[in-house]
Formats: sequence, structure tokens, C-alpha cells
Amino acid sequence: MTHKVVPLVEALRRHVPDGASVALGTALECLIPFAAAHELIRQGRRDLTLVGPISDICFEQLIAAGCVRKIVAAWVGNVQHGAAYAFRRALEHGIPRPLEIEDHSNFSIALALEAAAQGVPYLPTRSLLGTDILARNPRLRTASCPFTGVPLVLVPALAPDVAILHVQRADADGNCHAWGPTGISAAAGKASRAVIVVAEELVEPGVIRSDPNRTLVPGFLVTAVVHLPGGAHPSPVQGHYNRDHAVYADWHARSATPDGAVGWLDEWVRGLGDHAGYLAKLGGERFDRLRPHAPQLAAPVDYGY
Amino acid sequence: MSRGYTSAELMVAAAAREIRDGEVVFVGMRLPLLAFCLARSTHAPRAVGLFENGVVRDSPALAFLVTMSDGPNVTGAIWCTEMREVMGLMQSGRVTLGFIGGAQIDRFGNLNTTYVGAPGRMVRLPGSGGAPDIAALARRHVVIMAHERRRFVERVDYVTSPGHGTGGDWRERTGLLGGGPSAVITTLGLFRFDHTTREMVLASVHPGTTVEEIRAQTGWLVRIAGDLAETPPPTREELSMIRRFDPEGFWTGARR
Repeated sequence: MTHKVVPLVEALRRHVPDGASVALGTALECLIPFAAAHELIRQGRRDLTLVGPISDICFEQLIAAGCVRKIVAAWVGNVQHGAAYAFRRALEHGIPRPLEIEDHSNFSIALALEAAAQGVPYLPTRSLLGTDILARNPRLRTASCPFTGVPLVLVPALAPDVAILHVQRADADGNCHAWGPTGISAAAGKASRAVIVVAEELVEPGVIRSDPNRTLVPGFLVTAVVHLPGGAHPSPVQGHYNRDHAVYADWHARSATPDGAVGWLDEWVRGLGDHAGYLAKLGGERFDRLRPHAPQLAAPVDYGY
Repeated sequence: MSRGYTSAELMVAAAAREIRDGEVVFVGMRLPLLAFCLARSTHAPRAVGLFENGVVRDSPALAFLVTMSDGPNVTGAIWCTEMREVMGLMQSGRVTLGFIGGAQIDRFGNLNTTYVGAPGRMVRLPGSGGAPDIAALARRHVVIMAHERRRFVERVDYVTSPGHGTGGDWRERTGLLGGGPSAVITTLGLFRFDHTTREMVLASVHPGTTVEEIRAQTGWLVRIAGDLAETPPPTREELSMIRRFDPEGFWTGARR
């Protein structure tokens, strides 16, 4: 099954065509597949629909690069600074391209993917009642519970074309372990027609099988496996590296103008050939400063029988 | 700064005091991250914090946090899971208190973080995140925000996170489970809500602020509580804890 293991460039060329709907940044502020987003920018992808809860500056950068036609999300911007310069320019002024938004809450995005993951047309919730998110999103409907009569919001299933999931480790078949909070990553993986797993470590199958409760998605759902250490930088990956706050501050300062955003993308994405070039520009010393201060190993669990 | 603490430090202390010991708290971004750490380290050692990314912890974070997904909020957690689990627990009534922020608020505590301005000249804001879910589903919630006239408006341009709607029994009629906003902590004062009309009532004024200033910064005629008080400033113990969790003043402002 080693044919699933491919370079990032190849995985995105094959599985993320122009116009695709892509779930990414599904663990909220950690495990964001920034290297994949940057490669989509380098490859000049167009008309993507991005699906995610809050995407941090990953969505901002894809929007600023002109890769995006539509966003299906709860929040778009820079978590550290609050601003969403690229998102605003695209929505309000069509810069660099017009953008469509389908507003959700975090829970309704989770439920939309969960419904697709479970193969049901919708899931009900008691959130969003009385909001303009409900009033202005024609895909969300209200209904009375057939059992109790209470008002419900029905969130229709959403099945993205592809999910890009960053994880700590995967085997060659895509069986993968992620730890720390995972947000809506498992639902996104199960809901999507294709799954690209980007892993810090490529491990022997026995490593995954030694702790099957930690599996995020099983390999039979995974289309491609990319081995890419540092592929989530500047977002944190528990046990591997901490969040590089300086990158978010730099994007905040420079993305305030269209030229500034393009300048950042030229310097950190388009001007560098690939992720190896990005890590080289970042420098090993800077990366080493992001490493955990000390290991925090979990107690072993006994799967014996 | 002449008082020895910043406005944000006072807001964090006020927010922490809203957390009762043993409560299950849905912790939001920014100042509530610090308020939970402070409460857990002082008067509420048995409080449990749920984060929308799936972290559940019964101890303060181990170091400074910019986001809830930063490493020090994960190490030592009692549960790291999926969003649907923590949101589901909130929907089933297990969360007694949630915190949210906003860009615009009205007299009934409805919050807007999506669009501001008139049609045709709308300014887009980042959006909702988990705030509407907290506002709908937590048994009660507390709002933390800057107090400016452009933010405190008669009617919000867009309801992102529902407060008490049009007042009275609006939440019950709408089918909302949670009790709605119980307090609004601003840069100038602290508001609670009238039990019948559900309108915001000024309960305390922060030291150095006047009722006149609050009136001037509010876009409707503010109701004042009969027992209007001064917001207690942060104690020395509270300040030292806040500064332990935000040593550089990233969230709570420069301290000289």
C-alpha cells in the first residue's frame, strides 16, 4: 500500500483540482496544514471552497493569494490579533477576487460534517435559534421536533471533496495518530470524498496498532499520505513544536494592505520553491526555539489479551 | 496605570469573580482564558474549563497562552477530544457558564461579530466562532467587551449571538435552552440584567469612571441599579496571578 505515500506537490496536484471544496484547519488553532495551503498558492489553485470552523491566518493567506471563491466557516481572521484584512478586502471590495461566504457557528460546521460522516441528510441542534446566521443562511432550516415539539435548527450534511489533515504520525496506509485537541478533524476526514494526511512522522504500521484508541481516521479512508516535518508551522503540533506567534504578528502588520499581503506571500511562499525552502528561510535555530522544553510522555497502556 | 493595574486586568478579575467554585465553564478567547486561570488559582479551585477545540482541564494552563490550542493548555488536560463532545455537553445542559466577546451589543445583550454598518456600506467582521453556541446553550453567559458608543447601540446590525432578544420571555418563546447573558463586563463598568424586562442595568462602575461617562458611551438611556456600586479593583493576589499567566501584558496591556 506504499503507493499512498507521495510528495506534497503530487498529492495536491492529484486530489485538489481548481474548484474543489477543501476542509482544512479543522483542529482550530493547532495542526493547521499551512505547508499544504502554501503549496496550493504556489500551484496557483483557483476557485476553491474552503471549509473549516476557525482557520486562523491559513484562510486569510489563501484568500489573499486569490485561490478562493467561497468560504464555509464560522470565523475567518487572525486569532492572535482579531483582524481579518484579506477576508474583508475580498468580501467588501472583491480584492483580489470576489468572495462568497456561507456563515456558520463552530457547532453548525461540526454538525454539517458529522451528518455527512454519518450518512444522514442533516443533524438537529438547539443552537442558532434567534440569530441572523439562521435567518440569512437559506441552507439552515427550522423544524419542530416530531417527538417533543421543541424548535430545532436542521443543519444539512456537508461533504467536502477533500480534507487535508495534519497529524503527528501516520503509517504508509494512512492510519494515523493525532493527539491534543482535534476539533472537527475526524468528522472532516469521515465526511470528505478524499483525505490527504500530512504527518510529522511516517511510522511502521506496528506503531499505530500499538495504540488504536489514538487513531484519528483509519487508513481505508485516506487517499494520500505526505511525510512533512514542520508542515503545520507556524501553528503548534503537540510534542513537536510550539506556536510561532511572530509569524501571526508579521502577517497582521503586513496584510493590512493588498501590496503588503502580496509581499508577504512573495517572500514566504511564492519566492520559495517548496516547504524545504520555507524551513531553510526560517532557519534551524528559530525552529529549535519552538521545540518542547521537555518531553511529557503518556503512561503506557496495556492492550494485552 | 496610576492605580497600579490596567483596565484589562480589572476586567479579568471581574470576569474571574463570575466563576463560582465547582462550575463547568466554557472558556472563550482572550481575556476569559486568563479569567479561568485566575479563578482556578484563587476562589474556584474546583472549576472545570471546556474549550471549543476539545480541551477540558481542571487546572490553569501551565504557561502563557495566545490561543486555547497552545501547548501549555494541552499538557496536563483531563481530556482532549473533539468539538462535538464539548459542544454536545453544553447542549445537554452540563455547562453552567460561558464567556464571549463582541464588537457590538444592544440593551438586551444581543451581540454582533459579523457585519456592522448600513446595507450597502457593511463592514465585515471575522464572524461567530463558537460564540452563538455558547450564547444559545450555556446555562448563563458573560460578555466581555470594550465600552464605546459605536459598540453600545440601540439595536445591533446583525444578531450573531443571541442575548435576551427583544426582552421579557423572548428566549423561552424562541426555544433557547440557556438562560442568556447574566453580566456584561466592559472597560467602564459591569452590567446585569433585569429579571423581568431582561434589559441591561448598570450594576457597578469601575474605579475612575463616572455614570456620566458610561451614559455618554452608550447609545441608549442606561438604566442604573438602585444599589449601584464601585467595581472592586483587583487584589494584590489577583494581580500577581494575572501577571503570572500574562507576564508580558500581551492581553492585559503594558504595565510600564
